[in-house]
Amino acid sequence: MINKTVKNVHEALTGVKDGMTLMLGGFGLCGIPENCISELVKLEVKNLTCISNNAGVDDFGLGLLLQKKQIKKMISSYVGENDEFERQMLSGELEVDLIPQGTLAERCRAAGAGIPAFFTPAGYGTEIAEGKETREYNEKMYVLEEALHADFSFIKAWKGDAAGNLIFKGTARNFNPMMAMAGKITVAEVEELVEVGKLNPNEIHTPGIFVQRIFQGKDYEKRIEQRTVRPKL
Amino acid sequence: MALDKIGIAKRIAQELQDGWYVNLGIGIPTLVANYIPKGINVEFQSENGILGMGPFPFDGEEDADLINAGKQTVTLLDGASIFDSSLSFAMIRGQHVQLTVLGAMEVAENGDIANWKIPGYMVKGMGGAMDLVASAENIIVAMMHTNKKGESKILKKCTLPLTGVQCVKKVVTDLAFLEITKDGFKLLERAPGVSVEEIQKATEGNLIIEGEIPEMVF
Repeated sequence: MINKTVKNVHEALTGVKDGMTLMLGGFGLCGIPENCISELVKLEVKNLTCISNNAGVDDFGLGLLLQKKQIKKMISSYVGENDEFERQMLSGELEVDLIPQGTLAERCRAAGAGIPAFFTPAGYGTEIAEGKETREYNEKMYVLEEALHADFSFIKAWKGDAAGNLIFKGTARNFNPMMAMAGKITVAEVEELVEVGKLNPNEIHTPGIFVQRIFQGKDYEKRIEQRTVRPKL
Repeated sequence: MALDKIGIAKRIAQELQDGWYVNLGIGIPTLVANYIPKGINVEFQSENGILGMGPFPFDGEEDADLINAGKQTVTLLDGASIFDSSLSFAMIRGQHVQLTVLGAMEVAENGDIANWKIPGYMVKGMGGAMDLVASAENIIVAMMHTNKKGESKILKKCTLPLTGVQCVKKVVTDLAFLEITKDGFKLLERAPGVSVEEIQKATEGNLIIEGEIPEMVF
């Protein structure tokens, strides 16, 4: 067993520098690496390119990095829930690259799978295909999209072990597995770090080979963005 | 009388077929899940990673780790499964999902759709819409026939940046049920009490009217 455990979030983020490209798992506020984001704020690293499906809300998630103006460029599929984001985008302080959600997921997966580029139908005939190679297969048009790599990927899982094996819970899985594959250094924070041998190998979602550092996170807030319920009968 | 949002959702629900996997967009499309015809089984896919999505949870039973693509808390039905974003869009691009229902700002008579960006306004992003419209075999759009100024949103050509080209198959609006054909919008049904003339007046794109146009039946 190769031990990936680090003491804490501080040690986990060793080597993160200004100007780096980071991937952060999560969909909305679900499955985001809360501990790593707090540490990025503390480290005050700047000029970051952040690849994440969304950009958090004003006072949580990636919104915390935006408040401190640590992000130079965001690569996302949907960024609608954040006033500070909107302000920085409209003023030109923040560069934004919007990518179809499935293309974003596949570009991360491709990077981790050794595939430099792939053809997808998403966005053909729209402005996001401008300047990109297109090709026809079986009478349908496709756009060439390239793999997305990151210097660091920050992943949040439910359970993990010292070998870096991960299990996610519910829809907190989302982008985490493919971003784990795409990072030069992948840091996994988990709600519960269990003893090696306790996770059932048949139930592992992300094998430890994709994870370089793992630690047990703490104080998870797990904020709900749109609490929607029905009354009890 | 023109349909309200629930009426549009109810009419779309009648198009559901037994055994279909269905992706519902945010807004009116989400309401379709409330009106599944009796006796058929469909499963709802949420592109953030659920098949077999259930209703909203009871108050107090919500789980931060279980949300839909609109970031709302949801539940899972028996037989549900969870997967990552890459696999989710593999289902969509691979045409394993039989029907996509989504909203639109504009639809053109050739099946082009615009629903993600208005120049000059804050652009929030396309989310999964571009993947969905580029891939689905069967796309039904739920929308209002005209904008607040009364201008048609059923057009010869979209004026807004496109989400996808030549992909929409059917449109259900507050006024009509339309099918996209090679010659334009074929009028299939009228909303109850709405005349063909009213629909024609509200439609900028080519409207094909053949014979008696029946009213929607609920």
